[in-house]
Amino acid sequence: MSLAGEVAPPHVQTGNADLGEFARAGAEGQSVLVLAVPDAYCATCIDSIEHSLCDVPGVVTARVNLSRRHVRVEYASSLDPVALVSAVTRAGYRTYPVDHDHGDGDPAFRDLLRATAVAGFAAGNIMLFSVSIWAGADEPTRNLFHWISALIALPAILYAGQPFFRSAFSALRAGRTNMDVPISIGVTLTTALSLFETITSGEHAYFDASTMLLFFLLVGRSLDHMMRVKARSSVENLARLSPRGAHTILADGSLAFVRLVEIEPGMALLLRAGDRVPVDCRVLSGEGPVDMAVVTGESMPLAASPDVDLPAGAMNLSAALTVAALRKSDDSFLSRMQALMEAAENTRTAYRRIADRAARLYAPVVHVTAGATFVGWIVLGAGWHAALLNAVAVLIITCPCALALAVPIVHVIASGLLFENGIVMRDGSALERLAAVKRVAFDKTGTLTTGNVSFLSQELGDSSILDFAAGIAARSGHPLSVALAQASPHPITFGGDVVEHPGMGITATNAQGNWRLGSADLCGAGMDKTVDDNSRIWLAADGEVVGCFKFADAVRADARETVAALERLGLPVEILSGDQLGPVVAVAAATGIEKFSAGLAPEGKQRILEAGSRDGQPYLMVGDGINDAPALRSAHVSVAPSSATDIGRAAADFILTNQRLNGVPLLVRVARRADMLVRQNLAISVAYNALVLPLAITGHVTPLVAALAMSSSSILVVLNAMRLRLGARRSGPLSDQYRKVRT
Amino acid sequence: MSGLLILIPVAIGLGALALATFLWAVRSGQYDDLDGAGQRILLDDDMP
Repeated sequence: MSLAGEVAPPHVQTGNADLGEFARAGAEGQSVLVLAVPDAYCATCIDSIEHSLCDVPGVVTARVNLSRRHVRVEYASSLDPVALVSAVTRAGYRTYPVDHDHGDGDPAFRDLLRATAVAGFAAGNIMLFSVSIWAGADEPTRNLFHWISALIALPAILYAGQPFFRSAFSALRAGRTNMDVPISIGVTLTTALSLFETITSGEHAYFDASTMLLFFLLVGRSLDHMMRVKARSSVENLARLSPRGAHTILADGSLAFVRLVEIEPGMALLLRAGDRVPVDCRVLSGEGPVDMAVVTGESMPLAASPDVDLPAGAMNLSAALTVAALRKSDDSFLSRMQALMEAAENTRTAYRRIADRAARLYAPVVHVTAGATFVGWIVLGAGWHAALLNAVAVLIITCPCALALAVPIVHVIASGLLFENGIVMRDGSALERLAAVKRVAFDKTGTLTTGNVSFLSQELGDSSILDFAAGIAARSGHPLSVALAQASPHPITFGGDVVEHPGMGITATNAQGNWRLGSADLCGAGMDKTVDDNSRIWLAADGEVVGCFKFADAVRADARETVAALERLGLPVEILSGDQLGPVVAVAAATGIEKFSAGLAPEGKQRILEAGSRDGQPYLMVGDGINDAPALRSAHVSVAPSSATDIGRAAADFILTNQRLNGVPLLVRVARRADMLVRQNLAISVAYNALVLPLAITGHVTPLVAALAMSSSSILVVLNAMRLRLGARRSGPLSDQYRKVRT
Repeated sequence: MSGLLILIPVAIGLGALALATFLWAVRSGQYDDLDGAGQRILLDDDMP
């Protein structure tokens, strides 16, 4: 399993207090814990994870759910759950606990499946009788068959129609209409009229039409639900364990776990290496680098030392720090970002889905037409019975089966296509919004770049100096040291003593002398006066500078190609960054982007994006950090790479689960095609209605015509949506981490 | 007509049987992990 080095593996909190929060009580002294295993994808993965867990004494059962990438473990409550996490880690998989309020499958999906099955059973059996009637059964047989149909249809419709009735009722109560309102009215009236016809031994009953309609719609809805669950669980599984609390230092020097909300200003907390800063705080003791990339967008880590303030969300990289909380969690940096996001949310709810807009136009037209048909026939002197029959026929024939399938079926196919290409769609409306964007804005750190510093070039000394420096650097955990250690193909292992000076560098001694590796100050290389973006470290031997190495935040391999592809699609690209001007200019040059803004606060990014929406030039925003979250929400539509912070992912509409940016142009192409197909589908449904409506108004719609028209229009819409898969090429092989998953 | 009296209950009964089987399969969790079910056929030994 290759971790590309671009995503830090999640840091599992191994404190008991923390894991215990996720465990639920099971049967008879047993507990249940659900662990996410985002990398599991095959039979071998299932086998090794389950075996590794079952070998732990005390584990009763372990079962992997490959669709959700979870493993559910039942174990004796006396067992320490930490053993479970380490068992999965031993098997070679990243893991962390998840909340499992939905641990027993997916009740909503089961309900939908049951309703679909009942509607399918009813539709199939009623069709059996309907075909006999259409074939010309004599009157007693026809009546008998109508009665049997009614007996099957009534309970089936009552049961399977619930999702629609409930949604229509809540929409009406809120004073709105949606697609479920005409569906519910159509089904109810059709069934009532058919029942009346059956009782009065009438010629036509439409039980087959109403059950078939429900069956088609439920199939569409089940597919839609499956798509959503898949998207949601892949997002959950990407989520790193955000700090749910921290370790506080008690008066006697011992540690205790406190939850995030219980942290009070002034509380002394211990941050271990790899911990995220839980609330805004000030360093009391300890020194070491702190990664600010997700907070401010700056790619170089901040050197923390006593009296330096750290914002919530930053990550402590190497040394343990003791800090004092400055604010409660509610007042911290993270919460301020949350508040900005919520403010942006209000402007976004104004967007109405295309299907809802269609329904708002459609429902009144249909109901007025049906009413007019009824009145018209009465005026023309037909009896109220014939008039009612024709009015209901209008409702049946216009019952928006095709219209209700037109949008979701395209989105289901689009999300399947995107999923195969490593893109998770969190919301169907995002695809509609994406088709309308006119510009693209990228964040720099962690989006156009990998967010990790890497070795750029050697400015002084030869390759043996690099090999030697890499050996010293391998002894330190600072990001620059890690990058330097990786830069040399043959590092010379350093055997002497090494002392790390946080914020400065490393001093080392061996038989050959005293070595200093680090900042210009430490090595006596004069003041670091370089004005360009790259940071350098020097190597000094006994006070004499012998080497100099240059580092930069590496631009993603496919960034330039992605920018060019977006420009070809007619979308101008720009950079909105919180970092200094220098690094932004360098990245803009490396990726071929001409327009950029540097040093932006989160509010600044938001203002630019909102101005774009106002001027009719809506933005697609691609960003990852905590400081990007409000911008991701303000943009018309947004994308986050998989390395994004939890809050960044929660704010984005699409998430790239592989390490490639070229999913973005693919996304735009798919969205544009999907938008075209949705419009075609709506046109097909309306055209079909326009065609058969005169038949219904004039009273020529028999149950046979209704059944044929309804199924043919639905099939046409589904087939048209399938065209999305034609001509759509894959964006290339996925990374090892997220292999192609059958959808 | 007498043929119908036998055939109709048989047809509906078979349909109902299929429906009941499907509902049982849903209830016993056989649709909870469709991807996993496809992969487990490749495992050699039965898991506990």
